[in-house]
Amino acid sequence: MKLPSDHKILMPYLTGGAVADWTDHLRALIDAGADAIEIGLPFSDPTLDGATIQEATHAALTRGATLRGILTRVSEVAGTVPLVASTYANLVVRDRDFCGNLRDAGFDGLIVPDLPLEECAEFENQDLDLVLLASPATTDERLDEIARRSRGFVYAVTVMGTTGERETLAASAADLARRLTNRCELPVLLGFGISTPAQAAQAAQLADGVVIGAAIMRRVLDGAGPAELGAYLRSIREAMDEG
Amino acid sequence: MGDLLIRPHRAPARVQLMDDPGPLGRFGEYGGRYVPESLIGACRQVEEAFRSAWADPAFRNQLAGLLATHVGRPTPLTPAVRLSAELGVTLLLKREDLTHTGSHKINNVIGQALLATRMGHKRLIAETGAGQHGVATATAAAMFGLSATVFMGERDIERQALNVFRMRMLGAEVVPVRTGARTLKDATSEAMRHWVGATEDSYYCMGSVLGPMPYPWMVREFQRVIGDEARRQCATALPTAVPDYVVACVGGGSNAAGTFAGFVDTTAKLVGVEAEGGAGASRGTLGVLHGVRSMFLQDDDGQVLEAHSIAAGLDYPGIGPEHVHLRDLGRARYVTVDDAEVVEAVVRLARTEGIVAALESAHAVAWVIRAAADGTLPAGSTVVLTLSGRGDKDISALKELL
Ligand SMILES: Cc1ncc(COP(=O)(O)O)c(C=O)c1O
Repeated sequence: MKLPSDHKILMPYLTGGAVADWTDHLRALIDAGADAIEIGLPFSDPTLDGATIQEATHAALTRGATLRGILTRVSEVAGTVPLVASTYANLVVRDRDFCGNLRDAGFDGLIVPDLPLEECAEFENQDLDLVLLASPATTDERLDEIARRSRGFVYAVTVMGTTGERETLAASAADLARRLTNRCELPVLLGFGISTPAQAAQAAQLADGVVIGAAIMRRVLDGAGPAELGAYLRSIREAMDEG
Repeated sequence: MGDLLIRPHRAPARVQLMDDPGPLGRFGEYGGRYVPESLIGACRQVEEAFRSAWADPAFRNQLAGLLATHVGRPTPLTPAVRLSAELGVTLLLKREDLTHTGSHKINNVIGQALLATRMGHKRLIAETGAGQHGVATATAAAMFGLSATVFMGERDIERQALNVFRMRMLGAEVVPVRTGARTLKDATSEAMRHWVGATEDSYYCMGSVLGPMPYPWMVREFQRVIGDEARRQCATALPTAVPDYVVACVGGGSNAAGTFAGFVDTTAKLVGVEAEGGAGASRGTLGVLHGVRSMFLQDDDGQVLEAHSIAAGLDYPGIGPEHVHLRDLGRARYVTVDDAEVVEAVVRLARTEGIVAALESAHAVAWVIRAAADGTLPAGSTVVLTLSGRGDKDISALKELL
């Protein structure tokens, strides 16, 4: 996937199917300056997600969201900015056609948090960029390998914890961002816990961009429409661009 | 009942079954370490610590000593005299119900708590279904002066109130889990989420042969004391020294794995008994949950289904990876029994032998009763059955049912 290199990258996250008009939200995020979008494919047991994304996932599954349904809707917006699917290993491992189906729907990349280096080989070099994650506890040796094998970008998890909004950017983010950007030609995006424009601006200084997830899904779950969601993302965009 | 023959063991002769699964934790195509990058370091540390401890005679001696002085090992191999006569087989019960805290879970927990201490951890985290693993964890924490936090589904908290009270009395914190069906699967997810943020000071004490490498292997090794003892006891209890059948109930599969480990290199046929509504091996399909690649109950979209069993300890939609491997090799077979058969079996065992078994363990009894009646177990067969726990925790549930 091709991510911009002339400005800081902003990648909002949206749980596929969490609300009826989720593709309107998706378009609003693109219009508000998203450089790429991460779309969560709901899984019943999201073990790396905190309360907000768990709730969004539950809402999607309760509404009857299916993989096929989400892929169909995604194909309607594909071709605008890079689209990156994120889900758990179960969906990927059980279905030989999984990566191909995502590619056909218009996805450019895939994030699977519970598919570490040891387990991901069979899903690399499919015609979908497999984005690898790094955590504050990852050793330098592993970071080297992650930097070498990741495609599209490297997802730097800022905290030792689950997804969810946090008051401040974790101290561990700076150290991880430094260690990664030193050894990585791919863009490094910081994610987990980034909620406010100020945090996004601060994080963007440390790396090549940010992922915003729970802060968006809380707004969606609280009933924010596409316009309100777009306004929120625009405030993040502006803070990041002002630096 | 379908195909009742157990296929002969057809693993290549040189491959040792139920051995060290190697650094990747593979049991055939199952197992592995499907955890977020944040947990890789913690899993590796546990693996390294376990490898070194398990190779250290001082650790093994200390563990054996604790199992003798605090757990009550060795547990007896009790001939079920009257039930055997009724069924026309020779049934021997491996009495894990007589251990301290009342189930086999304590064997594993004492081992892991000793390991946690050796690693310098001060706190244990655990998931629990029936509460037996939680009680064992709370007990070991008290013994070793550690703190314990146990995650338990709200529904199980209602079903197993006695064990919740026991855990709290032992000084453990019990955290109710309100997501999903509020049973073991959800408790395990929540415990893993908590672990991601607590790797520095906390040790995850997994209760069955599930989870990422090294847990399925390590828990089997800590439970193999069941099978190793039973094997020695059979040498004197049976003229043939080796039974025809070895039977155990299967939730995640730890008591079965520990039992099978003692007999896997013999001619004994190995049978794991799953709950009708929680049969990962019998009805599951390939997937990944809670860090391990194995068989899980799931829908066509890959959403993991809720298990439903009268026995909270079997209410898990998957099975340990090594069991699936043993099944694929034809070395073990997995069968199911339903709730009604289980309740009947509890009563029948109580009235013939004076033993009130846990509902989980009664699954194994129920299969033996059925298999003896329909000829699956030929008359005169010798059977070792692991009675994984006692029924005290289930008395109020049984009161409702009977
Ligand atoms: C008495 C008893 N038996 C069996 C089980 C099932 O676990 P496993 O299959 O790991 O032995 C449990 C779990 O809680 C239990 O309490």
